[in-house]
Amino acid sequence: MSSFPAVLRSEWTKIRTVASTTWTLVAALVVTVGVSAGLCAVFNATFNDMPKEQQVTFDPTLASFAGMTLGQLAMIVFGVLVVGTEYSSGMIRTSLAAVPRRASFLAGKLIVATGLALVVGLVTSFLSFFLGQAILGDRSIGIDEPNVLRAVVGAGLYMAMIALFSMGVATILRSSMLSLGILMPFFFLVSTILGAVSATRKVAQYFPDQAGSKIMQVVPGAMDSGEAPYGPWGGFGIMALWVLASVLGGYLVLKKRDA
Amino acid sequence: MIEAVGLTKRYGAKTAVDQLSFQVRPGHVTGFLGPNGSGKSTTMRMILGLDRPTSGSVTINGLPFRQLPNAQRHVGALLDAKAVHGGRRARRHLLSLAQLSGIPEKRVDEVLAVVGLQDVSRQRTKGFSLGMGQRLGIAAALLGDPQVLLFDEPVNGLDPEGILWVRTLMRRLAAEGRTVFVSSHLMSEMALTADHLIVIGRGRLLADMGTQEFIAHNSAGFARVRAADNDHAGRDALGEALTKAGGRVLQEPEGTLRVTGLDLPRISDLAHEAGVRLWELSPHRASLEEAYMRMTQADVEYTSTEDPRAELWEPEPLTVPAWEDGLQAPEVPRGAFFAPPPPGAGGQPFLMPSNPGELAGTDRTTTEDTREETR
Repeated sequence: MSSFPAVLRSEWTKIRTVASTTWTLVAALVVTVGVSAGLCAVFNATFNDMPKEQQVTFDPTLASFAGMTLGQLAMIVFGVLVVGTEYSSGMIRTSLAAVPRRASFLAGKLIVATGLALVVGLVTSFLSFFLGQAILGDRSIGIDEPNVLRAVVGAGLYMAMIALFSMGVATILRSSMLSLGILMPFFFLVSTILGAVSATRKVAQYFPDQAGSKIMQVVPGAMDSGEAPYGPWGGFGIMALWVLASVLGGYLVLKKRDA
Repeated sequence: MIEAVGLTKRYGAKTAVDQLSFQVRPGHVTGFLGPNGSGKSTTMRMILGLDRPTSGSVTINGLPFRQLPNAQRHVGALLDAKAVHGGRRARRHLLSLAQLSGIPEKRVDEVLAVVGLQDVSRQRTKGFSLGMGQRLGIAAALLGDPQVLLFDEPVNGLDPEGILWVRTLMRRLAAEGRTVFVSSHLMSEMALTADHLIVIGRGRLLADMGTQEFIAHNSAGFARVRAADNDHAGRDALGEALTKAGGRVLQEPEGTLRVTGLDLPRISDLAHEAGVRLWELSPHRASLEEAYMRMTQADVEYTSTEDPRAELWEPEPLTVPAWEDGLQAPEVPRGAFFAPPPPGAGGQPFLMPSNPGELAGTDRTTTEDTREETR
């Protein structure tokens, strides 16, 4: 059997030798940090025009992650491409002919890609936080305040989880185009819209992104987010269940279906 | 050693591979022949554990592929030359595969040199031609120095030098005691490369025998009969007599007749009775290509309705078909009074020629034709 460290080393070589990895991860970082900084500047400039309740529940930590809604899309593309290009190029057959054991192959790929996503996610979240706080000035919050560090690290974890979820979905669907066609509209439109309408919020709050993003929040109910029946880690747990389901589904598809 | 037992693969109602049982032994190049869609690639994928058989099993050295310890060290495979990420550079593609089995980086450079890609090893593979892709795929198969090698259509897109190189490589690998299993639809190539043939059609096993034996068993065995050139009436009379006697007759462009269903003495007697002078009466044994076509014609999945060659294998009763295409000429050298031996499996000369230059020339033409098709 190919030893597991060997699979990890191979997947690391694969992931660092394609251009799409660099572009998607750089995009995730730049978009998140950039848009967050821009929105922080807007919040700062228009703070006094905001409704009273929003001023009271203003969450400077969450505000510095406001660009994540867009930045996560690049993470989704990263996750989908890592798995999807194996299928679109036919490389999957070469890979599986070399690593016949599907579990080793998939685990190796997901661990390496998720690890990389986590590193980039953490760099993004810390950059985004400190830049955002710098822009917010008087309304900023320090990283040593209660729960703030949890939120910042959580934002990095969130990005890694979004990438892992996308990899699972791409393994199930075995196609980059199909996966992107489903995930992008879902996270960018469906989830956001359903989460914004109070009637559907009760369902939408259990979606992976809505539940998972609670971990980035320090002030409950900030930015019209509404009360959730779970805490920050509870929400992250719900997201983790989604991720588990997608990865498990992906494994079963890989195991059962012909490559 | 590859061993398939009752291997079957169904896609819905369609049976791609049907109760296939065969063994591929070490020390030989085993050719895997079949028309397009006959299940060659599906069989290859099942050997590699990529597709699950509907029933039956296939093992390599006694183990199913998915259970082989460190598979790459046992089995090397080239399935699809295009199955690489186009954005990755050639050397890194191989490196990622090598690392899977703990194969040292040095080996990557070795196989790159073996396949002659060392100069382009740092280029992205999307710029590669089909021939370069094949070489890269062969390099990947050789990485683990495996005892069992599978190649699916390895010479597709290769230039003449490349084809010769692949042929030599296969034979060398087999001579080293490895099991070499090569699928192809290029008959002339298989005749030169393979010692043993496994032929399938519509997923079923048609033949499993030595190349020479295969040709002998399936030779078309027609007789060439040439009446005196200045006796057209005689030729027609002979044709009629032969047909009446139960023979099937086809006419070649220059007027020579191909007769099946009658043995040579009988033809001679008939000619004598009809009072026709013969300038030629010779037995003709089929080439591998002819033997193969004869065997698989009923099992071809995709037939064109106007295949000019198809007429060859379904001789019509005495007609004078307008054979204008030069395709026939290379196969039946003009005015040669000899029985062409089967094309040299084992790298022997193609024919015992009366006119060697002409024959060598025609042989090359055939190879070039087939290569053009595959491009």
